[in-house]
Amino acid sequence: MSLNELWFLLIAVLFVGFFFLEGFDFGVGMETQILAKNDTERRILINSIGPFWDANEVWLITGAGAMFAAFPHWYATLFSGFYIPFVVALLALIARGVAFEFRGKRDSKTWQKTWDVCIFFGSFLPPFLLAVVFASFIKGLPIDKDMQMYAGFFDIVNTYTVVAGITVVLLCLVHGLMFTTLRTLGDLQERARKLAQKLLIPLAALLVAFVVMTYTMTDIFDKRGTLLWIVVVLGVAAYLLAGYFMTKKKDGYAFGMTGAVMALSVASIFIGLFPRVMISSLDQAFNLTITNAASGQYSLKVMTIVALTLLPFVLGYQIWSYFIFHKRVHEKEHLEY
Amino acid sequence: MDTVLLSRIQFASTTIFHYFFVPVSIGLALIIAIMETMYVRKGNEEYKRMAQFWGKLFLINFAVGVVTGILQEFQFGMNWSDYSRFVGDVFGAPLAIEALLAFFLESTFIGIWIFGWDKVSKRIHLLSIWLVAFGTMLSAFWILAANSFMQHPVGFQINNGRAEMNDIFALITNGQLLVEFPHTVLAAYATGAFLVTGISAYKLLKKQDVAFFRKSFEIAAIVGVISSFGVAVAGHAQAQYLVETQPMKMAASEALWGESGDPAPWTVFANIDVKNQTNSNEVQVPYLLSFLSYSKFSGDVKGMLELQKEYEVAYGPGDYIPPVKTTFWSFRIMVAAGTLMMLFGVYAIYLMWRKKMDRPNTWFMRFMFWGLLLPPIANTAGWIMTEIGRQPWTVFGLMTTEDSVSPNITSGQVLFSVITFNAIYAILGAVLVGLFVKVIKKGPYAMDNEHGESHDPYNKEG
Repeated sequence: MSLNELWFLLIAVLFVGFFFLEGFDFGVGMETQILAKNDTERRILINSIGPFWDANEVWLITGAGAMFAAFPHWYATLFSGFYIPFVVALLALIARGVAFEFRGKRDSKTWQKTWDVCIFFGSFLPPFLLAVVFASFIKGLPIDKDMQMYAGFFDIVNTYTVVAGITVVLLCLVHGLMFTTLRTLGDLQERARKLAQKLLIPLAALLVAFVVMTYTMTDIFDKRGTLLWIVVVLGVAAYLLAGYFMTKKKDGYAFGMTGAVMALSVASIFIGLFPRVMISSLDQAFNLTITNAASGQYSLKVMTIVALTLLPFVLGYQIWSYFIFHKRVHEKEHLEY
Repeated sequence: MDTVLLSRIQFASTTIFHYFFVPVSIGLALIIAIMETMYVRKGNEEYKRMAQFWGKLFLINFAVGVVTGILQEFQFGMNWSDYSRFVGDVFGAPLAIEALLAFFLESTFIGIWIFGWDKVSKRIHLLSIWLVAFGTMLSAFWILAANSFMQHPVGFQINNGRAEMNDIFALITNGQLLVEFPHTVLAAYATGAFLVTGISAYKLLKKQDVAFFRKSFEIAAIVGVISSFGVAVAGHAQAQYLVETQPMKMAASEALWGESGDPAPWTVFANIDVKNQTNSNEVQVPYLLSFLSYSKFSGDVKGMLELQKEYEVAYGPGDYIPPVKTTFWSFRIMVAAGTLMMLFGVYAIYLMWRKKMDRPNTWFMRFMFWGLLLPPIANTAGWIMTEIGRQPWTVFGLMTTEDSVSPNITSGQVLFSVITFNAIYAILGAVLVGLFVKVIKKGPYAMDNEHGESHDPYNKEG
């Protein structure tokens, strides 16, 4: 495997990890308005992701950093091309991040409600916008010969990308609900499981629609047909298993399966792209690829050594932190947020 | 307005705002780690309470620092995409390493620290805050490695119109980094220290929780005096490096148009006339600029007019003189604030040494309270001098600010982001100050039943 391929894979892994991990805390963030009946339940939900959400978000920051270092043209074209979506996503992430810390610091209903709104929109908008961005990646964007992207509104916002956005948001919600079943007790846990089951059918419809549209509107099944069909079959299997485990109240397995559906969905985008990193709708010759968008070999080599040395430690202490906070959150204990 | 100017306004305003919080996080993490170490070693609950009380402020501050940091990473690509294309190979690497090495460490262990008080052992809990403190420092190292490359590019070659890294060790042993890192990190420690002494002084003046705040004051004052002297020493080294590598910035920060003469005097005050490229009403200290530049009382320093000619020969026609007034005055504001910090620190140590802390002078405690503003003023002025003084370059000698901007963004888009980011940052700033005041007013002993208060059984939601 060349270093360019390795870094494409690493970036894919970082984004898959981001959606798997932050996916559930986005979901829990949405639950604060959808599932929670009162302030105590809202606080239990927020505290259940309290020790994790910040580290989960670092997967996104590292993913973007890795893009910057390994494929500077990808980073430059992407972030300048999607200027407004990223402004909105950043505002949402900023509001959400401080809302967790701020909402419990004053005993005023208006105060808490304000930050609750920030938590909801901050948990809903980023996965929606990121999914829109990723979907328009594989649909192709107006990128010229200088690798500059000049996208109009409908290049970014169209039926395909909006379906992708809603699908990912709903997937985050179901994934988050399964996380809630793992970290809460009693009524709240029960309702989370029930709501997840209720959402399975509409989510399945959206996923099917997304796959069909991808098949007809993009070229990725032509390029990577066999591999993508395997992913689709695995995804269907994981989805059915998720439903099965939910009814059997095997919450841990069900959570694993909703995560697998998320991981496979994100992975399929990267599989379809490879070896391109951004597709030009103007001319195939203007595509950004893992070769023409990349850093020099020396830089990639240095980054590889650094990443392969550090990743085991990072994974080790992150897993350890989940182990520390594996006990369920309930109203009788000290709630930090 | 054009996208370059708007993007510069956005970068400057969001970076200055972000940098109010970063040094507080770095400094407070260290001080809290020291307090918790004393708790674990001595078993005295008062130290634990200290770590928790200052920890509350730390966490509020940390949250704002983290969320405003994401924009910092994204806006290189959003607003400065041609810059990112040109230097991504060299500049992206330290950013990625920062995320991988420092951000994961900080974010994971801050989670363990906040939520782990009764879930992990004392030692693991202590280790967590030290790892957070260490992580913030590592983060500073890598971000300054990236910044140092912009000030003094090393370890690269130009290939196909791009700067490509060819020596990572040159990048992390960059002379600029070796002077900038200690200067910046010590300034951050001083920032945390003066925040703690300032708030403690306020509480001591009010005679609230005297024993608690006297002890906090003493711990922070020791950190403060050591770091503020360290900042000055490192700053001196940095000034000398500046004369060698960015003489134009040095000349601008002295408003030195022509030759300084030998020995060179240091200008305390001057009425700068940029249009006619001359100064009037100068107040000067003889020998001092020579000492600043070379650590000896002789030697002349080149002026801007001569350097302009040299730069034109080296880089082609253009205006290479940065905004002189801004550079000149930000340098003086930084030095003045830093000097006051050293004086305050020394006097505080004197009071502690003479065991007069139980009845300190009221006027001094008032000074110490307002003194918490000195480090942010010095930090901001220091960065303004560093970044404005480098203009017109983004990467010194290689790429100008004009050429760095994204060609595909419109001024309307950037105007939208400037307005929204600044609006949300203004709100965040106000909320943070409000919450700080609230936590401080409540004091360290009100925390135990804090969350219980919001629980009202007669509320219809309860």
